[in-house]
Amino acid sequence: MSAGTGTLSMHGNRFRHNFLTALLLAPATVWLVVFLVLPFIAIAVFSVGERAPEGGYQAAFTLTQYANLPARATAFWNTMVLAPVGALACLLVAYPVAYYLALRAPQRWRLILLALVVIPFWTSLLMRTYAWMYILGGRGIPALLALVGIEDVRLINTPGAVLLGIVYGYLPLMILPIYVSLERLDRRLLEASADLGATPLSTFLGVTLKLSLPGVMTGFSLVMILLLGEYLIPTLLGGGKVFFIGNALVDLFLQSRNWPFGSAIAITLVLVSVAVLIVANRISNRVAGARRVDLI
Amino acid sequence: MRAFVITVFAFLYLPIVLVVLFSFNAGHHASEFTGFSVQWYGKALSNPFLVEALKNSLFIATTSALLAAVFGTAAALGLTRVGIRTRAVFDGLLGAAIVVPGVVIGISTLVALVQLFAVVNPFLASIWPGDQPPRLSLGYGSIIAAHGLFSMALVTMIVGTRLGSLDRNLVEASSDLYATPLTTFRSIVLPQIMPAVVAGFLLAFTFSFDDFIVAFFVAGAQTTLPIYVFASIRRGVTPEINAIATIVLVASVLLVVLAQWQLRQRKPSN
Repeated sequence: MSAGTGTLSMHGNRFRHNFLTALLLAPATVWLVVFLVLPFIAIAVFSVGERAPEGGYQAAFTLTQYANLPARATAFWNTMVLAPVGALACLLVAYPVAYYLALRAPQRWRLILLALVVIPFWTSLLMRTYAWMYILGGRGIPALLALVGIEDVRLINTPGAVLLGIVYGYLPLMILPIYVSLERLDRRLLEASADLGATPLSTFLGVTLKLSLPGVMTGFSLVMILLLGEYLIPTLLGGGKVFFIGNALVDLFLQSRNWPFGSAIAITLVLVSVAVLIVANRISNRVAGARRVDLI
Repeated sequence: MRAFVITVFAFLYLPIVLVVLFSFNAGHHASEFTGFSVQWYGKALSNPFLVEALKNSLFIATTSALLAAVFGTAAALGLTRVGIRTRAVFDGLLGAAIVVPGVVIGISTLVALVQLFAVVNPFLASIWPGDQPPRLSLGYGSIIAAHGLFSMALVTMIVGTRLGSLDRNLVEASSDLYATPLTTFRSIVLPQIMPAVVAGFLLAFTFSFDDFIVAFFVAGAQTTLPIYVFASIRRGVTPEINAIATIVLVASVLLVVLAQWQLRQRKPSN
């Protein structure tokens, strides 16, 4: 795109145009480089370094830290199981809600219901997770159950509680992209499918589900990636018994101060996230063509 | 299906409602609601550590959201004036700033800043004429910068979307009528993108005010409200925390509703 064809095309010479463009982009560029690109390079460098005797970092070039990853196998295992399972559980709850909002809800209710989905997404995850600590904790549901004679039920600090917290915390993030892809769906296709004698089920599988797959994949990969780095939910609802990669990272960086090893774990986490994104993209491209769903 | 949807909405809101309800409980425990009282709010607000954490959070959220709103809007405007490749690079980086989990952002910022300070502080000490050279350390600045990263990316996306649906005819008409670029910007572009800028600011504020994990890594000796609440939760659940949670929840809900309302303002009807 050359000078003067932008949305905000301005008169004046090319130099002035370029200077103003650079000026507009300068703060964002500095910010992205200093607080995103450089830090990422820093942990990449740390991950091939060694731990200094007093904690922290000592320059080296070794893959010891990566070879050492199995030392945190439990955290990896828990995360790699609960992140996809949690994302899948989210999906199963979210899809019918998104479907109803996009295709069934009365027009005047649609925006209100959508707002009701968005609001929890923007309210403190800490506070919302705390709410479940309160409900599942000894003085919450277990106390109520004891009143009707069911004693000694333990809900909090179990993998089930963590899964519940995950679904609760990330449900809005799953509903939104699916809603967007369903809302864009050409309704005439549904009618055509029915006119051609398809059963409602085969219309759903062959048309609706297929065309909403980009939204499903966006939601699934986003939730999964955020879950790979989740710390609050396993800490508060898993009570130190369900250890995630996030817990391992907090421990390695803030307590035992083994930064090179922590960096290796963080880099691995980023690589897994990128892999998730690529696979999700492949799937939605293959099935539904290049229909992108933007998040915001 | 309707029943299922209603159940899901109940699931989303019941826990929040319960926390709010029990923040007004005169008694100590969730299992017994012994009467209405605002005593826990009084207790919370007379706790000096908590008030300090609240003030820190308000300061950090306001500053980072303001910086994000200004720089993010500038970036969104700048991105309409560059080529496809530059745009793709920015979109990738902005997307990464939003998608990368907070844990990783927190860690990498911590590592990079600590390294940076290790270089800058001795240098400052060597050139400083007085006895007490300034020392950079983790604190307000690092939290604001780390929150600003996500927030700026968010504002750029929201404002960018709005710029994409801007009525070009108005812009062209304005310059055809010999308005200067600045006049066109002030009277045509700015009014149309302002709701998106305000919404971006509000969401950025909410994000920063609510964020725990990024601040947890880069806060140094500072305490934000979520860090304080997290520490108290780990010491034990008390109705005082319900009161704080209620204040935070109500504040975020108000801000988000306001942001949504702003985004729906003057939306081009196409």
